[in-house]
This record gives sequence, structure tokens and C-alpha cells, in this order.
Amino acid sequence: MFEQMAKKPAVWLSGDGSDSQVVLSSRVRLARNIANSPFPSRADADKRESILSFVKNAVKKSTDLSRGTLVNCSQLDDLDRSFLVERHLVSLEFTQLRDSSALLIGEDEKVSVMINEEDHLRIQALASGLEIKEASQMANHIDEELSKSLEFAFDPTFGYLTSCPTNTGTGMRASVLIHLPGLALTGEIEKVISQISKLGLVVRGFYGEGSDVWGNLFQVSNQTTLGRSEEDIAESLERVTRQIIEYEENARKRLFSEAEDQIEDKIWRAYGILKYARALTSEEVLNMLSAIRLGIGMGVLDRMSLSGVNEILALTQPAHLQKYFKKRMEPNERDRVRAELVRSKLEE
Amino acid sequence: MLCQDCRKREATVHLTQEINNQKVVLNLCKECAEKRGFRNPIEGVPFPLAEFLASMLSQAQVKKPGRESEVACSACGMSFSDFTKTGRLGCGNCYLTFKNQLNDLLRKVHGSTQHRGKFPHTTRDVMKPLWEQSKLQEELRKAIQDEDFERAAQIRDQIKVLASKK
Repeated sequence: MFEQMAKKPAVWLSGDGSDSQVVLSSRVRLARNIANSPFPSRADADKRESILSFVKNAVKKSTDLSRGTLVNCSQLDDLDRSFLVERHLVSLEFTQLRDSSALLIGEDEKVSVMINEEDHLRIQALASGLEIKEASQMANHIDEELSKSLEFAFDPTFGYLTSCPTNTGTGMRASVLIHLPGLALTGEIEKVISQISKLGLVVRGFYGEGSDVWGNLFQVSNQTTLGRSEEDIAESLERVTRQIIEYEENARKRLFSEAEDQIEDKIWRAYGILKYARALTSEEVLNMLSAIRLGIGMGVLDRMSLSGVNEILALTQPAHLQKYFKKRMEPNERDRVRAELVRSKLEE
Repeated sequence: MLCQDCRKREATVHLTQEINNQKVVLNLCKECAEKRGFRNPIEGVPFPLAEFLASMLSQAQVKKPGRESEVACSACGMSFSDFTKTGRLGCGNCYLTFKNQLNDLLRKVHGSTQHRGKFPHTTRDVMKPLWEQSKLQEELRKAIQDEDFERAAQIRDQIKVLASKK
């Protein structure tokens, strides 16, 4: 499954949208549950099946989702699941689910819905660049459409009721995936992260909770969901993100005024490694692409485009690579094949 | 300045809260602030969130031992102690069953216990006054943010009218 999808990065990695040199993508996720039904973790298989069929019926009536693809968890093997995580379509928690859970992928992957994960529905919308409002509108539209045929668990005081009280209220988690090499190189990143944290936002590495930060990619998202409107959440994330972009740009300027030669060298070495290496790990590719993305942003390197960088970023992830070449591979073989794929992409 | 609660330690936590247009200023020491449930949400927070939540839950439980934790949700059968183990509630009705304990927790996690976002449209007719009030609150926030105080005053009046109808 997904071999065709693995040939191309998702539309939301197109490298356009505002501030896309620093912000890769914007995401909005809404948690919803069907009224008068136990949440998935407390529902037996029959209940979960009936939730699934309610949602399927509602999807048929939705203009945004009816042309999407529904994949049932029972159809997915481990590699498929990893692929969906790399694709940013499902959570790590989703990979542990078995029967009566499903994923609905919208036509161009910009919108998707996880069914019977932690909550009955997790609606997701993704947009390229700093476009939180756009993502928010897409998610909101799906929510409105689905709520015409589904009654959501809701209370005027607690808002949308969710399995975990950390999501209740709006059920909304907005986030941006942001590239901060300037702040990482100047060592100011820790300071910025602690500042962001004071503003009620959470910062994580690219791979989500509890992982190392690879390729200077960070995810910034709202921590609270209750007591603020959806608009307020989106606006404050956007405001803080603009502030971070400004810090990042200042850090880059300082780097170039103080150590232009070293930075240029770092960028071109990264390009050289990608162009000629015979074995590349995922981590190495991410780190090299980070330098190249910086090079494009600073006008040092013009042989690659942002969309080209994003393409390599997406396609060289472990599960993507195995789907791309349609075979399961051990890490050693993957490193060799990954280098091959990167070289061929740089020849194009 | 001494802490207004214990009147022993120096007040290092200064909080200004606005509740229903009434300003409340609190000057507390760190210990008393924590007793009241105010703490820097970030300082010393263990991540990931689940752990954070679990630590808050255990505090909530210490505060409310005994009978309350044995009440079970009439819809799904979950007890509050089940919840403290998993961090997940069983169904929407759990929110009403454990309202008191959850209010404590929600205030700590979100700094609020009142929803300010959208209403699903199936409920918009039934809950019309609440929905309108919620929308007006949001407009008020925006007017204040834009420093349009004339508009803010108008909205505040509208909210008052709406509240008096209840």
C-alpha cells in the first residue's frame, strides 16, 4: 500500500505559502467525539465499529471528504503505519491501534481524519508555509460539514469533550513546523525555546514528543485549548511564529557578518556530501538539508529549490524509501539506496 | 511586601486576575501561590504532557481523598481513580460526574474552566443565549486587542443585557 504516494512529497510540502524559507508547514487538528458514546479507549469493538460506520456515513455527505480514501487499521502492516507517521497523517499512538480504527485521507492529503484514535475523530488540516489561518479554515469547514450529520459531545462550560482533559474546550491544536538553523548555530535556541514556553506554547523536535531534534526542525504548538477561542489560538501562534522568524533572521544576519566564510563552507560541503556520498543516514540527510535550506534562504546556493529540498526530505525517510523502491530493506541497504536516490534527485 | 495568605514570607508572586470585570490582585509567596493552584506552568514541568498531567492528578487526589474518588460515572462506569491511572476519561458524561475534581485540574492545565470557542451547530439553537454570550466575549477580546474601546464598551453593554435576561 501507498507505493504510489511515496513517489512524491505531499502537496503541503510544496515550499510555497508565506515565510516558507523558515516555516515548512502549518497544521491544525481538532479533537471531536460523538455524543453519548464511550470514548475509544473505553468502548468495546462493537461500539467502535458503530462509531466508524457513523463517521463513514457522515463522510459520504461531506464535499471535502467524500472523494478521499478510507484505510482501515486492519489493512495496514507495520511499514504502512510508519509511512503514515512520516507522512504526518497519523500520530505515533495510531500505529498501535488494531481493528475498528481508520484513517480517512482527503484527496490531496491536505485534510485527513483519524477515526477511533484517542478520540472518535481527529480532524487535521495542513498547509504549506506560515498559513495557520488557511489550515484553521480547512479544519473548521470539515468540522462544520461533519457536525451536520454527527452530534458531537459538547458542554457549554467544558466545550468539546475529549478523552484527555488537556484537549477539552476547542479541542484545537495548531502548530507550525519551523526551521531554525541560525538560532541553533548561534546557540540562542535554548533561550528562545524557554521564552516561547512562557507564552503558553510548546516546542518539540521534528519527530514529535520525546525525540531528538534533527535538522534544526522544531514544532511549535499551543498548550492550552480551554478558555480561548479558535481564532485566539491561531492568532497567538501566528504572532509568536512571526517573532521567532524575526529572531531567526537576526541570528542569520549576525552569523553572516561574523563568520561568512565558515557558513558558506558549511553550506557547500553539505551540498557536496549529498551530491557525491555513497551512503547516507536519515539523520545526515536532514542535517545536510538544513544547511542547504539555510544556503537557499541566504542566497548562497541557487542549485536547489525549497521544493527540491522538501522532496528529498520527505522521500528519504525510512518507510518512504522502502515504499519508493517497493522492498523492505535493512538500515545498511537503506543508507546506500538513500544516497542513490539523493544523487539522482540532484542530477534532475 | 508580605504574602497576604501566610503573612510570614515575602510575596514573590503577583497575580492580577480579571473575573467578570472585577480586578483581583493577589500578592503571595511561592508556597502559598502553589497552595492556591497557581504555578508557573512551565517551571519544572516534566514532559511529555501525560506525565505532566499525571503529576497534577496525583496532587488533585491528595487534596480530595476518600469518597469522591469512588463515585463512578453512571454512563460508562469509570471512577476518578481509574482516570488518575490512565489520564483518559471514559465518556462525555465523566466531565459532569467529576466536575469538581476536573475544575481544579483544568484550571491548572489551561488557566481556565470556561469554554470560549465555537459551539457545534446542533446545539446552537438550544444553547442560543450561551452561544451568543460566547461570541460577544470573543468580539470583546478582539475590540480590546485592537484598542477600540468604544466598541468594547458597546459589547460589554450587550453582554450585560444578555446576562440580565437569564
